[in-house]
Amino acid sequence: MATLDVQVVAADHAVWSGEAKSLTGRTVDGDMGILPGHTPVLAVLAEGELTIEPVEGGAVKAHVKGGFFSVDEDRVTVVADEADIAD
Amino acid sequence: MGAQIRVYRDKIRSTSSMKKIFKAMELIATARVGKARSHAEASTPYAEAITRAVAAVAAQNDIDHVLTQKVDQPQRAAVLVLASDRGLAGAYSTNVIKQSESLLARLKHDEVEVRPYLYGRKVQAFYDFRSREYEQVWTGNTDSPVVETAKDIGRTLVDRFIQPTDEGGVDEIYLVFTEFQSMVTQEPVVKRLLPLAVVESEQNKGVHPLYEFEPSPEEVLDALLPKYIESRIFSAMLEAAASELAARQKAMKSAGDNANDLIQKYTLLRNNARQAEITQELSELIAGADALASS
Repeated sequence: MATLDVQVVAADHAVWSGEAKSLTGRTVDGDMGILPGHTPVLAVLAEGELTIEPVEGGAVKAHVKGGFFSVDEDRVTVVADEADIAD
Repeated sequence: MGAQIRVYRDKIRSTSSMKKIFKAMELIATARVGKARSHAEASTPYAEAITRAVAAVAAQNDIDHVLTQKVDQPQRAAVLVLASDRGLAGAYSTNVIKQSESLLARLKHDEVEVRPYLYGRKVQAFYDFRSREYEQVWTGNTDSPVVETAKDIGRTLVDRFIQPTDEGGVDEIYLVFTEFQSMVTQEPVVKRLLPLAVVESEQNKGVHPLYEFEPSPEEVLDALLPKYIESRIFSAMLEAAASELAARQKAMKSAGDNANDLIQKYTLLRNNARQAEITQELSELIAGADALASS
């Protein structure tokens, strides 16, 4: 199965990167889920939770504030003003 | 003790205490330049991601947006100059100010009105001393810049850019800062921030996919482009900070070396003076004894 190559970066540091099965983020229009094979998209993020389902291990939750994310050929880049991984 | 010796002793003492300060400043700069460089590197993923996205959007040039429009005959330009807050960094601030002056001269030649925006107390002092006007100034921690300042500057400049030209808005935004090339070379450079000239690295020159925009292309651009400007300003600030510290380290190193040379020189002179005094005292004693013996 194809996987997503996810990269989460905040303004001053890289937050998380790795392979994932799916990703859910909150856009200004509501939650948006990304699975492998998604059409290229550029979306503006609202403040809220970002959930990543990695290929290995449990779900990673991060609180992000402002920014956007882009999906392009299974490469997902989340660019946030502020992002903190919640435990 | 002779007056001459006292003068040299004082000079040696004051030079050695200055040497201690130089040494301490050099050590501080050395310690912090590494941190500044790692900060600059930590912000690279963000800058790269945002550049990639902007490049992708800019490739879809069917979107009409105020930030991507070009002006044929620019009338007014904002120039942001990044210098340092403190001195003792050799020619660091002077060089970047010189670079900005030549940009100003060029813009003036092209009959473009210049609105200076300043960052750092040294460049502010330069403008104040010459009673020159500037739009706005930001000072404080130029050697460890924070994102908030970059955001504030970015917002101010983008607001200015969006304003129509006849209401005092600007058509172009330039950024003057010092590029960190290595510990020994730092080059002052001029970069145009707006209108967008998207810089793209060689490796992602491929065809950009046709993106869908969520919620709409305009809103995505509205959110994206100010962030792009902020990230460009922030990475320039981080590079300038690394350059400032590297310049300070170099300046303090040569100041310390000079202090050493001076101390050596004054020690020799002091020894000479002391020897001369002893010789004189001896010859006076001998002459006195001779005079007594012969009488």
